[in-house]
Amino acid sequence: MGILLNENSKVIVQGMTGSEGKKHTERMIKSGTKIVGGVTPGKGGQTLEVAGKDIPVFNSVKEAINATGANVSVVFVPPKFAKGAVVEAVDAAMPLVVVITEGIPVHDTAHFFTYAQKSGKTRIIGPNCPGIISPGLSNAGIIPADITNKGSIGLVSKSGTLTYQMMYELRDLGFTTAIGIGGDPIIGTTHIDALREFENDPDTKAIVMIGEIGGDAEEKAAEFIKANIKKPVVAYVAGFTAPEGKTMGHAGAIVSGSSGTAEAKKVALEKAGVKVGKTPSETALLLRAAIK
Amino acid sequence: MDLYEYQAKELFAIHGVTTQVGKVVTSATDAQKAAAEFNCPVVVKAQVKTGGRGKAGGVKLANNPAEALEKAQNILGLDIKGHIVKKVLITPAEDIKEEYYVSFLLDRANRTFLCMASVAGGMDIEEVAAKTPEKLAMIKIDPLIGVDLAKAQEISVAAGIPAQVQKDVANLIEKMWKMFVATDATLVEVNPLVRTNNDRIIALDGKVTLDENASFRHSENEGFIDTANVDPLETAAKAKDLNYVKLEGSVGIIGNGAGLVMSTLDVVAYAGEKFGGIKPANFLDIGGGASAQVMADGLGIILSDPSVKSVFVNVFGGITACDAVANGIVQAIEILKSGPNYVQRPIVVRLDGNNAQEGLRILREAKPENVEIVDTMDNAAARAAQLAVGIK
Repeated sequence: MGILLNENSKVIVQGMTGSEGKKHTERMIKSGTKIVGGVTPGKGGQTLEVAGKDIPVFNSVKEAINATGANVSVVFVPPKFAKGAVVEAVDAAMPLVVVITEGIPVHDTAHFFTYAQKSGKTRIIGPNCPGIISPGLSNAGIIPADITNKGSIGLVSKSGTLTYQMMYELRDLGFTTAIGIGGDPIIGTTHIDALREFENDPDTKAIVMIGEIGGDAEEKAAEFIKANIKKPVVAYVAGFTAPEGKTMGHAGAIVSGSSGTAEAKKVALEKAGVKVGKTPSETALLLRAAIK
Repeated sequence: MDLYEYQAKELFAIHGVTTQVGKVVTSATDAQKAAAEFNCPVVVKAQVKTGGRGKAGGVKLANNPAEALEKAQNILGLDIKGHIVKKVLITPAEDIKEEYYVSFLLDRANRTFLCMASVAGGMDIEEVAAKTPEKLAMIKIDPLIGVDLAKAQEISVAAGIPAQVQKDVANLIEKMWKMFVATDATLVEVNPLVRTNNDRIIALDGKVTLDENASFRHSENEGFIDTANVDPLETAAKAKDLNYVKLEGSVGIIGNGAGLVMSTLDVVAYAGEKFGGIKPANFLDIGGGASAQVMADGLGIILSDPSVKSVFVNVFGGITACDAVANGIVQAIEILKSGPNYVQRPIVVRLDGNNAQEGLRILREAKPENVEIVDTMDNAAARAAQLAVGIK
């Protein structure tokens, strides 16, 4: 069935007419996603030919929802305009907004995240994330659809390429859903949110959780797993060798003083009974052992 | 981006957060001159981006210009937790009655902003939080509502600021919030915020961190970029738009995606344990589109680092196609070989994912000098560590 995204998801792309937006719209269509429209202010009424299909362009998210019944939006809008785009999607009561854009000022993210929370209608995934894929059903974002197929594993990760790496390691098992929650200091969907969904999803048999340095989301997830998750969970944490005070690529990946270290996250997860792999491949082996 | 105290105070002055006059100097004689201009006892303060300056001997009182000269001589060149003092700030000494603490910061855990305020200022706030948490007010700030004077007053009261100066402190808190928003800061901290004997409220020391993602709307802050104290390789990488961090080890790392590169560093360090503690030499994320030029730029930076003994190129092709990466590697080595200062180092390559077979075929056919293909990330890391200690 997949979590948050399935065969009934009707997806629009905000920023579809831009080069990244168009490229990934094409990839999403080819992987079976129901792309029902795009939003680019000022270009409403046009159509864009993508992957042999004419996709209608709307001026606003509201218009797109009214015309197509869209229930997911994928945002490729540049950082400068991302806040406006997400706020617009929230105003239109879009249920799921996947923000791919990297480099959004954190004050803007704090604003639109709080705005979405107060609306009570919109879940945000990201920003600075690869999106979410339920293989064989739908793909909202930039995760390659050809790594693996539908299966029984759930995956939640802060990192895009580690998501791909882990899907590849476990490609014979397949996935219900893989969700990249993003590497920014403020993100709309956390490890905990994804874990809760996977626990409730009857098709998901086991869960892989990938974390990295910065913040304390993994520690919180560890507590949550101990109290709430009955399915097997294995974890991987990146950044043991990261020096203090340096941002490692992702805006949120930074060890500040003694907080946010990979070691602390590993210890917290192990205390909660979660096995933590030393490498991605060892993590995959742990998962295989857990479902035997 | 972390700012120096004097830069934080420049922003305080612009945004109406009451602070002191001060002068930044780089020599002891200029420190003496500055003290003479102020014509009163001064404080000579090391300008370094780390805490604990006072304990390290980086903050000294000077009663006259001659003393300022002497103190500055002692402080300039001092090593404070690995930061060499190159500048000192000279400020008039204040008579301090009380010291408070106020900060606004990004609260990652609650995905919002936080104000922390306390009457126990002048010391490490983490210590206050641990030992006397009742003295530390922590107040969540709704990003959609912000902090007006009434909210600032509430914070001032919650922190236990004495009634006589509560209003003045509230005024300053409101201005700090406005500055926090206007500058796209992730931290604005005043510690200590002092009450003088005649009840003036002054930000005596400040710490500010600005969000680099917001730099597109803050061209006014370009001057704060500190090129002098950044590793020259990091500066060179930044000029080429590469996401590079210099580390201490000897295996140069190139990969795609921040998470995979962090993981690569760990796997190399893990594999390196068997070879006497071999460690990664750098973090380098070449991102999505690994063109030949990006690969050449990246390899160029890594090979110009004399501590690099071997290189590990670890790519999982998601959006990036591995054939493009392979062509990039082949061309990059050609480009670098024809350039000056090229020193051969063994390069271990692992490619998986999108078009990996084609990428591997390209490498096998072109046979670029010193390139070895290894099938998995773990084995490739072990091989790179082995090569770094000189085992062929």
